[in-house]
Amino acid sequence: MESVTKKESIQQNDAERWASIIGGGAMVLSGLRQGSLRGALMALAGGTAIYHGVAQQNSIQDALNQTLKVEKTVTINRPVEELYRFWHNFENLPTFMKHLQSVKVIDAKRSHWVAKAPLDNQVEWDADIIKEEENHLIAWASVEGADIDNSGFVRFQPAPAGRGTEVKVVIEYNMPGGTVGAAIAKLFGEEPEQQVGDDLRRFKQLMEAGEIATTEGQPSGRE
Amino acid sequence: MKAVCWHGATDVRVETVPDPTILNPRDAILKVTLTTICGSDLHIYDGYIPSMLPGDIIGHEFMGEVVEVGSEVKKLKKGDRVVVSSVIGCGQCAYCSRQKWSMCDNSNPKAGLQEKVFGFGSAAIFGYSHLFGGYAGSFAEYIRIPFADHGAIKVPDGIPDEKILPLSDAFPTGYMGAEFCNIQPGDTVAVWGCGPVGLFAMRSAYMLGAERVIAIDRFPERLRLAQEFGRAEVINYEEVDAGEALKEMTGGRGPDSCLDAVGLEAHGMGLEGFYDKAKQAVRLETDRPPVLRQMMVACRKGGTLSIMGVYGGFVDKMPMGAAFNKGLTFRMGQMFGQKYIPQLIERVANGEIDPSLVFSHHLPLDETKRGFELFKHKKENCTKVALKP
Repeated sequence: MESVTKKESIQQNDAERWASIIGGGAMVLSGLRQGSLRGALMALAGGTAIYHGVAQQNSIQDALNQTLKVEKTVTINRPVEELYRFWHNFENLPTFMKHLQSVKVIDAKRSHWVAKAPLDNQVEWDADIIKEEENHLIAWASVEGADIDNSGFVRFQPAPAGRGTEVKVVIEYNMPGGTVGAAIAKLFGEEPEQQVGDDLRRFKQLMEAGEIATTEGQPSGRE
Repeated sequence: MKAVCWHGATDVRVETVPDPTILNPRDAILKVTLTTICGSDLHIYDGYIPSMLPGDIIGHEFMGEVVEVGSEVKKLKKGDRVVVSSVIGCGQCAYCSRQKWSMCDNSNPKAGLQEKVFGFGSAAIFGYSHLFGGYAGSFAEYIRIPFADHGAIKVPDGIPDEKILPLSDAFPTGYMGAEFCNIQPGDTVAVWGCGPVGLFAMRSAYMLGAERVIAIDRFPERLRLAQEFGRAEVINYEEVDAGEALKEMTGGRGPDSCLDAVGLEAHGMGLEGFYDKAKQAVRLETDRPPVLRQMMVACRKGGTLSIMGVYGGFVDKMPMGAAFNKGLTFRMGQMFGQKYIPQLIERVANGEIDPSLVFSHHLPLDETKRGFELFKHKKENCTKVALKP
């Protein structure tokens, strides 16, 4: 029981930290009391009704312990503006995010995401940009009816003394329960941190070196 | 094409595999004209380098002729004769742009594996295990060169392959080792290991202003080369205590810099040697560090240790008290080939040094296995083996 309490308080602290990155405001604080990034992001979006729905859903899901949170930062030797511009076009993301099949931008706010799932399956969702600050931050959240509820943000800030740009990504997934949930969980591998880390490494390679280093398709004595 | 594939400790086979193809726009394909077994290939051959997979094409010190270039290759064209840095660098990251090529952030597609062991990923190396990217190596008729504009450096006409080949790895490694010694006027540099890297380190130490070079090994043939090629005074550590001898030879001060050109398969003497062999055999330590221990004790106070011999994992029983209380500086790392190769080509072109003198054997690629055995056991006075695909 003690460890559960500790975990909850850590989550609460993380959420506070994330929310303070994104911005302030009474709605945020209200979202924070629920202790979830999704709540905080939705609070920011300003939809009180949606927020309550999400908060309720979260409390059930937290009990089932099916929330997955990943946080990863990388420094890229390119200017903030260039990185922000590339990321802001979500259709670019599948070039370095391996589990994404496609992202289609519908309008300034909404996009449609398709991810590869095990056994040649796909999972899909619509997401809205819920906050953007030019050359600094993009936050998004999936809308109702998503196969996987997810939300997150990417933040760009200049590194000291010309060291490029620090790119921080925070993503939270709310997994559906049961066997579907287990199948979808496989999407993110056994180590989601590793997967997001690998995605960011590929983003860095693409932005710095202009291509993603690979050895796939080279000869060996294994064929 | 024909290629040498690794299948396990001391099991290398010449096999027929598919030809390499352009996989990325900055790739080039090279017809390998000459390649050579490096001391660190012995660590692979003996099974000490983790994350090798059966079927991997090995080899990382090589040169050749460009036969195909990707759409984004700017400096190279078909027909160019080039020498290639064994370490792969993207040329654009924070490290490459500061000439620290072996720390490249982007060339290693499997850097995530390395992060778990080393904290951060390093550059990829051709044919050097999956921790270092898993790129196919040079013991083959053809090889794919990623980021070719940076790693493949054009060679002037009229210099034979044998004189250029060591610039791919052994010579820049030795040169960087000497540069890491921070040589001041009057300095004595002690070099452990009289293989090719040690020999090039000796000559490089003189190029960078050393007063004296003392070489340490146990094979008479290698010590002879250290005297003739490396212009060094020599110590056979099987005959005398190397630490005491160094102290006597340097007026009781000790060498100003100590350079390790041996690495993780070093041979210790007596009980210490037995201890490391036994621990390594049962995997309680990955690397045998007797050279590091000797250097830490033998070096003068405030001196510098330059470590160019390869270490892969964990070492045991290091005399940190000696290093700390004597205020030693440690410098080490995989070499920055792209930084050094152009200036070393100049030195070869103007006749300052003939790197081909380190080769004792020339064999066809089909005899790679025999080459490994000759080089490993120093049979037939073997110092370095050039392989012709």
